[in-house]
Amino acid sequence: MGYVAVAGGEEAITNAEALVAFYRLKGGSTPVQVRQIREQMRLAVDKVMSEGSLYAPGIAALALKQAEGDGIEASFIVRAYRATQPRRYVSLPVDTRQMRVIRRISGAFQDVPGGQVLGPTRDYTQRLVDFALLGETPELAAGFFKKIGVQTSRSALPDTFPKVIDLLRREGLMAEPGDRDRALSDITREAISFPCNRSAKLQSLARGETGVMMALAYSSMRGFGDIHPYLGELRVGTVPLFINHRVKKHPVYLGPVLVTEAEIISGQYEDDQGIPKLTLGYGLCFGHNELKAIAMGVLDRTMQSQAPQRAPAEDEEFVLYHIDGIESSGFSAHWKLPHYVTFQSTLDRLRRTQKLKEEADTLEREPEPETPGL
Amino acid sequence: MSVNQNRKHRGYNFAFLDENTKREIRRKLLKAVAIPGYQVPFASPELPIARGWGTGGLQITMAIIGPGDVLKVIDQGCDGSVNAVNIRKLLVKTTGVATTFDTNAASIIQTRHRIPEEAMRQDQILVLQVPIPEPLRYVEASEAKTREMHGEMDYSRMWVYLYENIVQYGEITIGARYPSLVNRRYLIDPSPIPRWDVPKLNQAETLYLFGAGREKRIYAVPPHTLAEPLEFEDFRFRVEDFTGRSCIRCGATDTYMNEMYDSSSGRKLFVCSDSGYCDRRREQSVTQNLACAEPTGHPLGRVPPKAEALVAPIQERSRSYPTASKEAGALEQVVIEGKEAR
Repeated sequence: MGYVAVAGGEEAITNAEALVAFYRLKGGSTPVQVRQIREQMRLAVDKVMSEGSLYAPGIAALALKQAEGDGIEASFIVRAYRATQPRRYVSLPVDTRQMRVIRRISGAFQDVPGGQVLGPTRDYTQRLVDFALLGETPELAAGFFKKIGVQTSRSALPDTFPKVIDLLRREGLMAEPGDRDRALSDITREAISFPCNRSAKLQSLARGETGVMMALAYSSMRGFGDIHPYLGELRVGTVPLFINHRVKKHPVYLGPVLVTEAEIISGQYEDDQGIPKLTLGYGLCFGHNELKAIAMGVLDRTMQSQAPQRAPAEDEEFVLYHIDGIESSGFSAHWKLPHYVTFQSTLDRLRRTQKLKEEADTLEREPEPETPGL
Repeated sequence: MSVNQNRKHRGYNFAFLDENTKREIRRKLLKAVAIPGYQVPFASPELPIARGWGTGGLQITMAIIGPGDVLKVIDQGCDGSVNAVNIRKLLVKTTGVATTFDTNAASIIQTRHRIPEEAMRQDQILVLQVPIPEPLRYVEASEAKTREMHGEMDYSRMWVYLYENIVQYGEITIGARYPSLVNRRYLIDPSPIPRWDVPKLNQAETLYLFGAGREKRIYAVPPHTLAEPLEFEDFRFRVEDFTGRSCIRCGATDTYMNEMYDSSSGRKLFVCSDSGYCDRRREQSVTQNLACAEPTGHPLGRVPPKAEALVAPIQERSRSYPTASKEAGALEQVVIEGKEAR
């Protein structure tokens, strides 16, 4: 049987792989072009880049095609690819004040300096199935471009926007980050340990799975925890990336990176001098992914909680060990692997304890032998 | 002894990982060997194999394997289990090392859930894939706290857990993953090997390396080191009971067996979980029955082959394995595999 399994195992794996390709193509339509995914499945690509932890829209789009649209599988492919890439440089710190904004809103202030810029958002659309898209053609798309071209006016928008938290900082309302927060670690080079510094926390959150992070953040805002977040600012846009090159005198410009940034402001908290201050939860992720950035900001803040009884979202170990989509999906799926040996061991214990219980019950049922003299 | 020769794929570094990553893992392995049973954190980058599917064991194997090694990969004791096949394929593709199903012929064995039946030697290494490296997870969910408990060698809650087990069920109910004390210092989770295999860790000839990829931990039980399953004076550690059972394939009565149900008769059958060992016993009984003059190697349970036998000219696998017919649909083969892989 062992050898049948050997031969069958090899062959079955190969055939299963071929079947996957077959199922992807069996409908008979034109194979999807990676460029189409990259441009028209923009948000899916962004999510994969963020959870795969690699800014590479082309690779992410290809992974989505390969994974038939399964976001976690695509992120896994990207993450595994990332692990094979040499890392020769570390980028210079990015100042998101330099962001070229496509969308920027504040939930805390009505009249925010620089103004609210809605940008591309579905927030105020009705979620009706758009049957018009059924008949979308290149000609219709061209017509749409002609129409929208007239409406754009670049000059009206400033290049950069002031930050909401800078205003609050100037007024002495925001707590400053503590010293421990400045330590820099690299979670891809060293396993995280607890208590965990802020940079390791933010790195873990930045590559976390959107759905899990949203659920945990939601648990806190709904009631398991005492965090009442305000969205200080949410911005989406591109930031310039620079590196210090070994042979060049000046920093070298690498290109723009699209990111979403959320600054979550939350309740009072006494700083080192005992003065009540507002605290900041920070969210930043690759691509356009507002839910993830907001959830990240909320979780960054919940993990700073000083509550004596920790809610799940306030326990850094609970949050950070469970938000990675690659790890959680891998382990959740591994139950598909054979567990015959361990199950056999479990059965052995179960049968033994059942037998012991039976014996004990029989003993109980039998009348106790009479003790003479009592 | 049958060993397969293979060729390395050109597109990757030898054994997939880059040399810096390997170096880090080797350093952590040295630390693990130096402090038996201590869980050493390591970076554990992602592999093209899913987390929870053997990435910790893989990274160790990738870090220690050399071109001259002979590799055996098993899952549940079986060389042919689909995941073992997949892991072996990745290692062969990126190293080109020779592979074998024969425990005695291998220099490195990567395994999930089993230690081979045949006693391993000092020139061999067993790499175990570990899902949950923390034995105290039974009693404490927090990693920060369990590390502290290990630091203080505070295993009282584990003892209480075992005691409560006995009070409630009359017996310790832990099946596999039986907590064991290494070198009288660190409590380990010996990976989900059955209790049957736990005594093999104690004062062994072989180096046992444990890798947990998702949890990012490496630990080791070096040769000639004490590895003792937790037990009470009046409640001894007990291995699985196979009294009265024998393997339907090779007739063995002294191996770890999996039970199966014969779909036609509804009978419960037992079969060795270590397929390599089982096959060899069958082969031997066949050669004995046919009074074949050619020796099949060394008898079971006796002196293992000499080291030079490992580098002896490698023969092609001479046995032919029955395969499912090519005409059969792929889907059907998946089903066949699902039924028959052990």
